[in-house]
Amino acid sequence: MCVCPGPRRIGIPVRSSSLPLFSDAMPAPTQLFFPLIRNCELSRIYGTACYCHHKHLCCSSSYIPQSRLRYTPHPAYATFCRPKENWWHYTQGRRYASTPQKFYLTPPQVNSILKANEYSFKVPEFDGKNVSSILGFDSNQLPANAPIEDRRSAATCLQTRGMLLGVFDGHAGCACSQAVSERLFYYIAVSLLPHETLLEIENAVESGRALLPILQWHKHPNDYFSKEASKLYFNSLRTYWQELIDLNTGESTDIDVKEALINAFKRLDNDISLEAQVGDPNSFLNYLVLRVAFSGATACVAHVDGVDLHVANTGDSRAMLGVQEEDGSWSALTLSNDHNAQNERELERLKLEHPKSEAKSVVKQDRLLGLLMPFRAFGDVKFKWSIDLQKRVIESGPDQLNDNEYTKFIPPNYHTPPYLTAEPEVTYHRLRPQDKFLVLATDGLWETMHRQDVVRIVGEYLTGMHHQQPIAVGGYKVTLGQMHGLLTERRTKMSSVFEDQNAATHLIRHAVGNNEFGTVDHERLSKMLSLPEELARMYRDDITIIVVQFNSHVVGAYQNQE
Amino acid sequence: VMFYRLLSIVGRQRASPGWQNWFSARNSTSAAEARSMALPTQAQVVICGGGIMGTSVAYHLSKMGWKDIVLLEQGRLAAGSTRFCAGILSTARHLTIEQKMADYSNKLYHQLEQETGIQTGYTRTGSIFLAQTQDRLISLKRINAGLNVIGIPSEIISPKKVAELHHLLNVHDLVGAMHVPEDAVVSSADVALALASAASQNGVQIYDRTSVLHVMVKKGQVTGVETDKGQIECQYFVNCAGQWAYELGLSNEEPVSIPLHACEHFYLLTRPLETPLQSSTPTIVDADGRIYIRNWQGGILSGGFEKNPKPIFTEGKNQLEIQNLQEDWDHFEPLLSSLLRRMPELETLEIMKLVNCPETFTPDMRCIMGESPAVQGYFVLAGMNSAGLSFGGGAGKYLAEWMVHGYPSENVWELDLKRFGALQSSRTFLRHRVMEVMPLMYDLKVPRWDFQTGRQLRTSPLYDRLDAQGARWMEKHGFERPKYFVPPDKDLLALEQSKTFYKPDWFDIVESEVKCCKEAVCVIDMSSFTKFELTSTGDQALEVLQYLFSNDLDVPVGHIVHTGMLNEGGGYENDCSMARLNKRSFFMISPTDQQVHCWAWLKKHRPRDSSLLLEDVTWKYTALNLIGPRAVDVLSELSYAPMTPDHFPSLFCKEMSVGYANGIRVMSMTHTGEPGFMLYIPIEYALHVYNEVMSVGQKYGIRNAGYYALRSLRIEKFFAFWGQDINNLTTPLECGRESRVKLEKGMDFIGRDSLLQQKQNGVYKRLTMFILDDHDTDLDLWPWWGEPIYRNGQYVGKTTSSAYSYSLERHVCLGFVHNFSEDTGEEQVVTADFINRGEYEIDIAGYRFQAKAKLYPVASLFTQKRRKDDMELSDLHGK
Repeated sequence: MCVCPGPRRIGIPVRSSSLPLFSDAMPAPTQLFFPLIRNCELSRIYGTACYCHHKHLCCSSSYIPQSRLRYTPHPAYATFCRPKENWWHYTQGRRYASTPQKFYLTPPQVNSILKANEYSFKVPEFDGKNVSSILGFDSNQLPANAPIEDRRSAATCLQTRGMLLGVFDGHAGCACSQAVSERLFYYIAVSLLPHETLLEIENAVESGRALLPILQWHKHPNDYFSKEASKLYFNSLRTYWQELIDLNTGESTDIDVKEALINAFKRLDNDISLEAQVGDPNSFLNYLVLRVAFSGATACVAHVDGVDLHVANTGDSRAMLGVQEEDGSWSALTLSNDHNAQNERELERLKLEHPKSEAKSVVKQDRLLGLLMPFRAFGDVKFKWSIDLQKRVIESGPDQLNDNEYTKFIPPNYHTPPYLTAEPEVTYHRLRPQDKFLVLATDGLWETMHRQDVVRIVGEYLTGMHHQQPIAVGGYKVTLGQMHGLLTERRTKMSSVFEDQNAATHLIRHAVGNNEFGTVDHERLSKMLSLPEELARMYRDDITIIVVQFNSHVVGAYQNQE
Repeated sequence: VMFYRLLSIVGRQRASPGWQNWFSARNSTSAAEARSMALPTQAQVVICGGGIMGTSVAYHLSKMGWKDIVLLEQGRLAAGSTRFCAGILSTARHLTIEQKMADYSNKLYHQLEQETGIQTGYTRTGSIFLAQTQDRLISLKRINAGLNVIGIPSEIISPKKVAELHHLLNVHDLVGAMHVPEDAVVSSADVALALASAASQNGVQIYDRTSVLHVMVKKGQVTGVETDKGQIECQYFVNCAGQWAYELGLSNEEPVSIPLHACEHFYLLTRPLETPLQSSTPTIVDADGRIYIRNWQGGILSGGFEKNPKPIFTEGKNQLEIQNLQEDWDHFEPLLSSLLRRMPELETLEIMKLVNCPETFTPDMRCIMGESPAVQGYFVLAGMNSAGLSFGGGAGKYLAEWMVHGYPSENVWELDLKRFGALQSSRTFLRHRVMEVMPLMYDLKVPRWDFQTGRQLRTSPLYDRLDAQGARWMEKHGFERPKYFVPPDKDLLALEQSKTFYKPDWFDIVESEVKCCKEAVCVIDMSSFTKFELTSTGDQALEVLQYLFSNDLDVPVGHIVHTGMLNEGGGYENDCSMARLNKRSFFMISPTDQQVHCWAWLKKHRPRDSSLLLEDVTWKYTALNLIGPRAVDVLSELSYAPMTPDHFPSLFCKEMSVGYANGIRVMSMTHTGEPGFMLYIPIEYALHVYNEVMSVGQKYGIRNAGYYALRSLRIEKFFAFWGQDINNLTTPLECGRESRVKLEKGMDFIGRDSLLQQKQNGVYKRLTMFILDDHDTDLDLWPWWGEPIYRNGQYVGKTTSSAYSYSLERHVCLGFVHNFSEDTGEEQVVTADFINRGEYEIDIAGYRFQAKAKLYPVASLFTQKRRKDDMELSDLHGK
């Protein structure tokens, strides 16, 4: 694992002209790489590895001197981040390649890349009666970073009703997003548990009995959990529920989902911070908890129980509801607010939380303290701890940490921490029969596609699969030939949709491959996917998508009950 | 009383003839408005279901003299699948018994209008079965050969001839076809009404709008029926409830499992052509295109059996009524394409309707008839696999005979309800299996085809071990059995490509297994065998068993007796081996598919007051068959006991230790005629014993073998198997098993009188072994079973099983030889002389191969000793 100082989220500005991607039909490799090499050379010179996203250029060129001052080159740096050793030779070789070669992936190759991480879950039916308001979900992710920094989670709450789904966008490495993806749902589930269940679980732990299962995970084989930290994480979680037990006043009050979500987010972030301060005698774990705390992650989590949909969001991932209007058209209903500089209320909040004197420095260049794009996140203790605490932990920490320029570096104008919080904003929505699906996705999707397009593409995909209107001859005069023509046409239409069995995959195909007309261009898709991992991040971000499909019949039945 | 009502229904229906009427009729109420007529409180027989099956049973029962019959129908007569059926009567079936049923139905329907005065729309159109591939043509030729010998005219014709018979057909992609000129189309609903009317005239009382709730059972015997209109006491109940038969069976306190499941089935109706099609236009079956096409009111009716069927009613009746089923054009698209390819001129024909009529399918694509093994007097006739109209008449006749005489006039084991048990009754199993069965209707049926769905239900504890060693599996009665073992360095064809009527790809593999059985030792997992223990507290066991079994069971403890369980006619109800474990208990080994049938037979025929205890111990024992000359060495090394014939004679059974495991029942028999042992191992020891046998056996060249090797071995030794070669219409005298019957054992047994009589009069058929002479294994079609046998050019019978004998290097077929009188066609006595004096030919898909007939196995196969100077280095290799 690699603690890499920020790709995009933490701006390490570099001069960079706009990157001419896909101009005409140029032979992909040489033409694509050429402008990039200059960037990398620059990175070398500045001693930083810079991964710029083409749509999110960090800064204007006038900003360079400042940044250069902040990041003094350091030889140890090279060991911490990509590019890898052979990277230089690789690009050098490419640079002098004399014969331009056309290099495309075939459609099956494209599909195997797109489908490598796809996962589908269908809520099981019992006796033909599906009692869940969720039919199932499709999820997928496409890496741009290597390794990917996005994470996703999905689980069914076993002791309470409802299902949890979340996407997590990591920065400065994947340690934090990984930890949040495996831990957050437990914190939420515990927060939702009634007092008696908590007691039962605690008693079971105490007497060494088998524990009640809390979550049923729905995981892709590539979604892993850390074995080493499992015990540590369990102990922190247990401390949490013990406190919940102690806090209980004895009155059994209804648990408020919104409150539970907020508590769970805050508690987990607190535990991440605490674990890093306390450290661990095991050196591997010690390094792990520090990496988790010094990297960061945003989270966007949905809790669906019957018709009650809660979305808890921290950062700039987004939850979007697909609504089908009466005329069959699709519209998007945003269920979360981005926590970044585009959000006036967030700017307001930050200004209020800090003295007037900092009003100008707290957000600079649309970034928190001029560095961080999301205004709320897990981890990122550099924006939370006091300078003293940061220094103390780093000094007593392992050498790797001590040698790391990034961790040692204190943000500018750092006067009144904390500047960052993991507290989520929770939105509630009561599902209606016209709410057909929910898209949870990291900003990798939202910055390439408009929300209306996202909802339309998913909506058409899902209805193409399930709701193609049946044909009835009725009283009309139809000949066999006409009917045959009609059916063949319908089938061709279906088969293009059927290329993807997964709505998330279908969406990624569009996000990466869409041309200016909004249709998938295979050539473009092929080029985008054949970028070497070192370069991919400059053209696109990690994309993680979960598409949850609702059961309108069940939702409708809820409505009728009342 | 009922007859009047019935006629009025029929009359009204006929008032506006045609099918449109059917669709409108469901909305209007019947003219004969249900007068609330009281049900009788008592009847001999209650039949549930007023479709073609129920009415046919009622018709035949009443013809045979049973009068006290009530027929109940929940809706209106002939309103279920019968109403929507496509109305094609086709005799071209794969099984002889099915051909006979369809042939009888054809003749019955033909004269029904004359008999009852009710128009049935019967028109003899003939049908043409198209072949787009050579394999399909072979399949048709096999059916053609079968039809001709039972007197149904049919012929293989060229594509050109096809075009002459049906001018709309595109014949360019055809390689041939089969023409069955006497097939017909008929209105199935009207047939059902005619049958009902005739039955009614014979005294059958018919009540519609009366639902059967459940059947009342006391002491395993039907006592009555509970309906929504009251109770009826009865001795016999007949379940002809079609798609609902499964549910009705389960509704009893003592459930009767009737494994069937419905699938949606679509067909298209069009308006008439510009020059309307004549009503005599032949019906077309294009199985490779998955469609059938018949003329209908000047237009066409075309449906098919698609690859991706839609099962329906899995959860039972409550979901949807048949009438509300949706048309699904997208689902029909492949069939429509196929239709337009076959008849391009139809492009401009106007659609009238796409009909969705669910059809019922069974787990093995054969219909279900017979008496429930659990409840006496509970009969079933259902699960027609969309051939209800074709089978209706014949099936109704056989079931009526069964009820009146105790058995039908033909052997119907292939259709007997008792071939299934509760294990085929899971809804999930049925749903999955029928999705495979329905496309199979029009798939090519090749030898040795195994179902792919609903597998791995019953397995031996060694399943994983064997599977890891390359076992390929087949299934019998839900039990997985190894066919053969694919060596690690060998690849076989993919499933679809392995379909062939010629030499199969596993030929060499089975050859090496057979060789190993003959020269070294092989182990075959035969755990699927049905195993019962019969015990009694006193000495009654022997007494009762002597009555039930034909051989003398009064043998010393430790001896094994091959014996039959015969019926009154002397036919085999079961063919089994009995090991006498001690004075008072016997261990009985029967074929796998006997589990339900044999149990029911024993229950039914043991004296009521007997203290004979029956226990089904099939699941308790894993059976390993050690076959081969070195089996004796392996066993003696594992048990430290001498196993030579002096110490352990043939047909002997002893409990002993094998490896660490004690209490293994070792029997000196192999079911193939080779030397060796059967090991009946309590399942928890199975893995241990298997591992020990394999590790000790290594130095004797041991290897795994499967049922294909077993089959080759047993057929070349003329070992007949129950269910394949012999059945309840075969007596021991007819298959050369006089020695297994002790007519003079000092007491009566079931079937003795018939056998005595037969002994005196001679037999009318004789199981004979045929060795194919001029047959090229590599190039010629392989025999399977059901091939006609010709003696001096005259048809004398059909084969029942066949296998390639690696020792004789020839194909061996078993089959029955009859002696039909040349003048009258009557069966005459078959003598050994008659058999020996004939010149024989076996007809494989129209090609005749010369065959040698043998009444006894080839002796040289038993005395195979290798001479010292024949040995070679390769004998030192592991096999």
